[in-house]
Amino acid sequence: MTDDELIWRIAGGSGDGIDSTSQNFAKALMRSGLNVFTHRHYPSRIRGGHTYVEIRASDHEVKSRGDGYNFLLALGDSFARNPQEEAYYGNEEIKPLTENLDELREGGVIVYDSGLLDTEEVENFDERVEENNWNVYDLDLRGLAKEHGREIMRNTAGVGATAALLGMELDKIEELMQNAMSGDILEANLDVLEDAYESVQSDYEFTHDLQIPTGEHEEDQVLISGSHGIAYGAIDEGCRFISGYPMTPWTDVFTIMTQNLPDMGGISEQVEDEIAAASLAIGASHAGAKAMSGSSGGGFALMSEPLGLAEITETPLVLVESMRAGPSTGMPTKPEQGDLEHVLYTSQGDSNRVVFAPGDAAECYEQTRKAFEIAYNYQIPAIVLYDQKLSGGHQSTDESVFDEEPNPDLGSIVTEDDLEEAAKEAGRFKRYMYDSDDGVSKRSIPGQKGGNFLASGNEHNEVGHISEDPDNRVIQMDRRMAKLDSIREELNENTDHQPVYGPEDAQYGILSFGSTKGVVEETVDRLNDDGHSVKAMNVSDLMPFPKGEVTDFLEDVDEALVVEMTATAQFRRHIQGQLGRFGEKLYSLLKYDGNPFEPEEVVSGFESRIEGSADLGEYNVRIESATGD
Amino acid sequence: MSAFNAIGEEREIDRDEFTPEIEPQATWCPGCGDFGVLKALKQAMPEVGRNPEETLLVTGIGCSGKLSSYFRSYGFHSIHGRSLPVARAAKLANPGLEVVAAGGDGDGYGIGGNHFMHTARENHDMTYIVFDNEIFGLTKGQTSPTSPKGHKSKTQPHGSAKSPIRPLSLGLTSGATYVARTAAVNPNQAKEILTEAMEHDGFAHIDFLTQCPTWNKDAKQYVPYIDVQDSDDYDFDIHNRGEAAEMMREAEDALYEGEVLTGRFYVDDERPSYQQEKQQTGDMPEEPLAERYFDDDYEWERSYDLLDRHK
Ligand SMILES: Cc1ncc(C[n+]2csc(CCOP(=O)(O)OP(=O)(O)O)c2C)c(N)n1
Ligand code: SF4
Repeated sequence: MTDDELIWRIAGGSGDGIDSTSQNFAKALMRSGLNVFTHRHYPSRIRGGHTYVEIRASDHEVKSRGDGYNFLLALGDSFARNPQEEAYYGNEEIKPLTENLDELREGGVIVYDSGLLDTEEVENFDERVEENNWNVYDLDLRGLAKEHGREIMRNTAGVGATAALLGMELDKIEELMQNAMSGDILEANLDVLEDAYESVQSDYEFTHDLQIPTGEHEEDQVLISGSHGIAYGAIDEGCRFISGYPMTPWTDVFTIMTQNLPDMGGISEQVEDEIAAASLAIGASHAGAKAMSGSSGGGFALMSEPLGLAEITETPLVLVESMRAGPSTGMPTKPEQGDLEHVLYTSQGDSNRVVFAPGDAAECYEQTRKAFEIAYNYQIPAIVLYDQKLSGGHQSTDESVFDEEPNPDLGSIVTEDDLEEAAKEAGRFKRYMYDSDDGVSKRSIPGQKGGNFLASGNEHNEVGHISEDPDNRVIQMDRRMAKLDSIREELNENTDHQPVYGPEDAQYGILSFGSTKGVVEETVDRLNDDGHSVKAMNVSDLMPFPKGEVTDFLEDVDEALVVEMTATAQFRRHIQGQLGRFGEKLYSLLKYDGNPFEPEEVVSGFESRIEGSADLGEYNVRIESATGD
Repeated sequence: MSAFNAIGEEREIDRDEFTPEIEPQATWCPGCGDFGVLKALKQAMPEVGRNPEETLLVTGIGCSGKLSSYFRSYGFHSIHGRSLPVARAAKLANPGLEVVAAGGDGDGYGIGGNHFMHTARENHDMTYIVFDNEIFGLTKGQTSPTSPKGHKSKTQPHGSAKSPIRPLSLGLTSGATYVARTAAVNPNQAKEILTEAMEHDGFAHIDFLTQCPTWNKDAKQYVPYIDVQDSDDYDFDIHNRGEAAEMMREAEDALYEGEVLTGRFYVDDERPSYQQEKQQTGDMPEEPLAERYFDDDYEWERSYDLLDRHK
């Protein structure tokens, strides 16, 4: 465990402004030169209910949440004091202390709001403090905030206290406040901030050693969530039509797009359900716009039929699937990767689609762009699969990632000349032409002269008429299916699109997909520092699957651990299914308790499997061996 | 914009242009009411002055859904019940298109009922034709949302205990700004109504009575019909919601008693279409979105310009 990092946890009630406060604080840390990674934990409740946000900040790269944390700002839950709420949920006032202490590291710092929280009510509080060498500072944050205006500003007081305790300058925080607010509110907040800062400095004797780390960025940074990555990738690909229906956590992308598109001359439609949402995206795409839709688990299930429609009509379509724990409504605010097979195989028939699973905010941007490019060039549905963790968690990311030229190209469409040529040669335009090398036959857009055709969800012949002719059926199926091979070839041209992390010749491997990328990379670093020989591959191209690269990776290692947030090892099964071998080499590390992996869990999982040394008893993770070979 | 050069082309339009090389006899049974819709639609097109390539016909699934196969234009034969969401997005992306959606009573009032309600509510500028044959045709004769109470079928052997839905009233209360009923056996009226509906600036809903001689032989209610505009017995103000609702109620009750009242039931020319509303609030561009992709000079805004708020 490293001490050169701050992992700051702010805990309180949902709706108490914890999100915005932590966003600002994370930015201030980023502005002062640190790398930042945030993790949001919240209940499926709008107001009240225990919630926390964790900010990990360090000079070194931070790719995941850390193991535990070392600074707790316990604010209290103001909504818990509502007597009606109390009747429902019991006394939640002390939860910011009771719910968080287990993960606080030894020697860590606790600042709590003595205006709202009473440590007498927390079982064995003093004993635990002593045992763990915690440094406790009680401050009447609520009272302090009230003095200057409103009690909600106790967040600000907490940040001021944090800064004082960590030896941080206030300037970066003040700057951000000045950007975010104005007038009396700004003045009041600045007063609260400074007041808390000064009273901590003057009234307390510091017992802790934790200091704010120092760092410097080589490149300009932005604090971005995976959802921003996806939305911005779509925007840069010229996506100007989005349709959706709210569902956590997909709502993040939907909201970001909706807040930007109209000002860019685009269109956003919140519609009656997800079947409609996907169908609208198809309609807009058919009519010549670049369109996107998406949802989470249950909503995506409703999109299953339109997904197939897009495929057989060869209408380009990009869908986003932001996974949360299932089955059914499951745990709306908790991450899991259990929709993998659902996304890979849903929809009737031998249906095809392209699936990308980005692993961090930058990849969300890049792979969404790729998804659009492939969808429009190959006229096939492309899905960007990610999860609740990546959706709302923010990461400091190089600004240059986003400095790519826009690409509003509609892909494989006919020109007027093509249409004139077609009229001369065949008498009419053949939308679903039999002969094409890569499976793609160019489409026309309604309104183009000479381009009319029928796009049908029924099997159809080359001009678009519904047909059950066996020869036509085989030709059309083969042509549509050939697209995946062409796409695989195109993706493979880019040699490092499934990069290996760690030493090439390592003895052991770790495989993962999507948001577990960061935690696996941290694990690899730690294991190699400890004398192990491990490398990792985070597979982001899930369909078509990069068979060659994963085979090479697996052939080189003695054994590989497949790390995923599922209960049934879906990703491992996908690898085995795609490669048809390696059963004897693959072991799964599974976690499905609603929380993302922490590095220590993966380290222990690895050690437990390889050396039989570590005990997994204290974690909610499970090792499982593969079946078959 | 040259890419969409079929849109707005000024010329004589002949109804035969809308006939593709395949024949509807391929799937429709002899005597099916669907032939009547097809014919009326082809006749209406030259009146509206729209050519095949600027017309987008989106259909659902069912015998009715095959309309797009036998009508030459840009077409989209979508999935059961979903013609409306496909159609309305196409219209938003390119308002220059003449967009018509069509499907059956099962398709439109059953599985697609939710979309019907919402598309009408939003008042999208398009025409929606529901082939109302009071039966599921393509799946071989099951009870549909407009089948009469007591109707016996393979899936309701003891007779349906459900009252039929009231399509006209539903269209009106949902927000459609043009609501009419016509019948395949009444080609002249059908053509006129279709023409009006397409020319109407908003959501035009046509409950189009079609006979299904194969599965619904008992339904003789389509003849004789009475045109509510031509009959002195029915005097109501077509622009008045209350009077229209009353007239619809009468027509819907009468249908199952053997009296078929057709014609226009409600017209609201005042309410702006959804697209106009959206443009007014700045939620939608004035120029068709789709055209922009063909404009080499268009400056595409990029996400890089949004990054300030993340620094
Ligand atoms: C999701 C889905 N459910 C069911 C069907 C099967 N199906 C096809 S057509 C149809 C009913 C058609 O009835 P209607 O809409 O009244 O049209 P008609 O055939 O009478 O013209 C059904 C249930 C389907 N294709 N898709
Ligand atoms: S089954 Fe009925 S609706 Fe279908 S084509 Fe035959 S007559 Fe027409």
